[in-house]
Amino acid sequence: MVVCEKNVLLLLFAKRKMDRFMWTNGLLEMNETLVIQQRGVRLYDGEDKAKLDVGGVVLSTHRLLWRDQKNHECCICIPLSQVIFFEEQAAGIGKSAKIVIHLHPAPENKEPGPYQHSKYSYIKLSFKEHGQIEFYRRLTEEMTQKRWENTPVSQPIPTGTGPKAGRTRAVGIVGIERKLEEKRKETDKNISEAFEDLSKLMEKAKEMVELSRSIANKIKDKQGDITEDETIRFKSYLLSMGIANPVTRETHGSGTQYHIQLAKQLGDMLQAPLEERGGMMALTEVYCLVNRARGMELLSPEDLVNACKIFESLKLPLRLRVFDSGVMVVQLQSHSEEEMIASALDNVSDKGSLTAEEFAKLLGLSVLLAKERLLLAEKMGHLCRDDSVEGLRFYPNLF
Amino acid sequence: MSFEWPWQYNFPPFFTLQPNVDTRQKQLAAWCSLVLSYCRHRKLYTLDVLEAQESPVFNNKKIERKLSVEAIQVVFEELRKKGNLEWLDKNKSRCLIMWRRPEEWGKLIYQWVSKNGMVNSVFTLYELANGDDTEKEEFHGLEDWMLLRSLQALQTDGKAEIITMDDGKGVKFF
Repeated sequence: MVVCEKNVLLLLFAKRKMDRFMWTNGLLEMNETLVIQQRGVRLYDGEDKAKLDVGGVVLSTHRLLWRDQKNHECCICIPLSQVIFFEEQAAGIGKSAKIVIHLHPAPENKEPGPYQHSKYSYIKLSFKEHGQIEFYRRLTEEMTQKRWENTPVSQPIPTGTGPKAGRTRAVGIVGIERKLEEKRKETDKNISEAFEDLSKLMEKAKEMVELSRSIANKIKDKQGDITEDETIRFKSYLLSMGIANPVTRETHGSGTQYHIQLAKQLGDMLQAPLEERGGMMALTEVYCLVNRARGMELLSPEDLVNACKIFESLKLPLRLRVFDSGVMVVQLQSHSEEEMIASALDNVSDKGSLTAEEFAKLLGLSVLLAKERLLLAEKMGHLCRDDSVEGLRFYPNLF
Repeated sequence: MSFEWPWQYNFPPFFTLQPNVDTRQKQLAAWCSLVLSYCRHRKLYTLDVLEAQESPVFNNKKIERKLSVEAIQVVFEELRKKGNLEWLDKNKSRCLIMWRRPEEWGKLIYQWVSKNGMVNSVFTLYELANGDDTEKEEFHGLEDWMLLRSLQALQTDGKAEIITMDDGKGVKFF
């Protein structure tokens, strides 16, 4: 019965075929799961009605199957991997809603199916008894998840190797259409990937850094080809981005030209602000001040620290100082610590006792620096502390 | 007679354990002498740590400051090192306060004994600590354990001998 029908089909419909389909016994393989099925579906080869009757369509994790409603033994299937993309076609007057499925060309080693050749590269499923919305949704899910890739079934199903395989064999307008569609999807996928997950964005950023590093190294190797000017410019771009360029440090030693220039610039720039603030500024304040003034070509924190470290060796009137607590400040060389502590003691004695906040207000310093000064005075034995629920207060050391 | 508090008692930083090492040493010294003089004044011979927290010594309600438990432990440890304190239990919850060391008590007792020409006499412990004759003496009311230790100190010096009698202990002075 089945064989009879097959021959009839082959004879009658030699020209217009849906050649991707294969005969199947309709049973699901191991690892293959049923997703959804819908009766009352007619198959179309491209725009033409397939000469098969109405049947039921079955979607599994691996394949799309169709079984004749009247003759249950007539069952054909197509692997989901053959599907390039699919879309809905709305119902019209006298016409049922359809799902159009674009397919890869049939591979050479495909098993026999109801059609040998087809001039169309797409088929349609016409939902005579509705159910297309749900079916479309599930098909979308399966095509996104691509579960057949994870659990291959034992039956040898020729699988498409992806858009690339399609590309090499595509011809004509259909091929061009397909290429455009694939490109659009690829771009879309990239964009959504990058934005969807910030960690993926970080990875891409890492790749960027790696890329610029490798370029820097290439520059180092090809020193002769690229002009000195360009090399320096490129390096300064990298530095302003905050990417440590090992090349520069190696070739010029510590205290690179860049840092030296920067240190001199800072020396000029910070004089006035430092005097306004009593001779001392936290490094974070310096960073904000300097970058705000620069506008473009901002400094990286690393550069700032490295430039500050060489103040002394360049005989500039500034110093970088690190407190016990780890706080870093830039202070004028003329700034004397003893003076500061003596004046702190006077302030505290005057008022009887002071908290860091009160002291900061009194002197116009930031609270952080005020606290550092009080702690230093305590370390020297000039002050002692009163730690209670009311907060931390400093008293003159009367002990 | 009310107790005279030292100036540190009203100085808020006194109740915060100072991080500066030198300052801390001075602070602890002041605490030790305060604790000892307070105990002497109130004739306290034992202290319970938890109770001590609420005692006026460590808790100055007027300036709203109190010494933390950790700091109290530090003060007690300092006293122990000096020989003025002895823990009664492993958990360090109760201790003996010796604002006068046994040797010093022994000396005082012996002075009284020899001043009154009672060398070579025998006394019961009760007589010494609670007898009418000793009422005006500083060691009057001395707790048994301390009295015993003081007499033991004298014994070591060869100035006394502790005798066991029918209804308790006694001592003979030489």
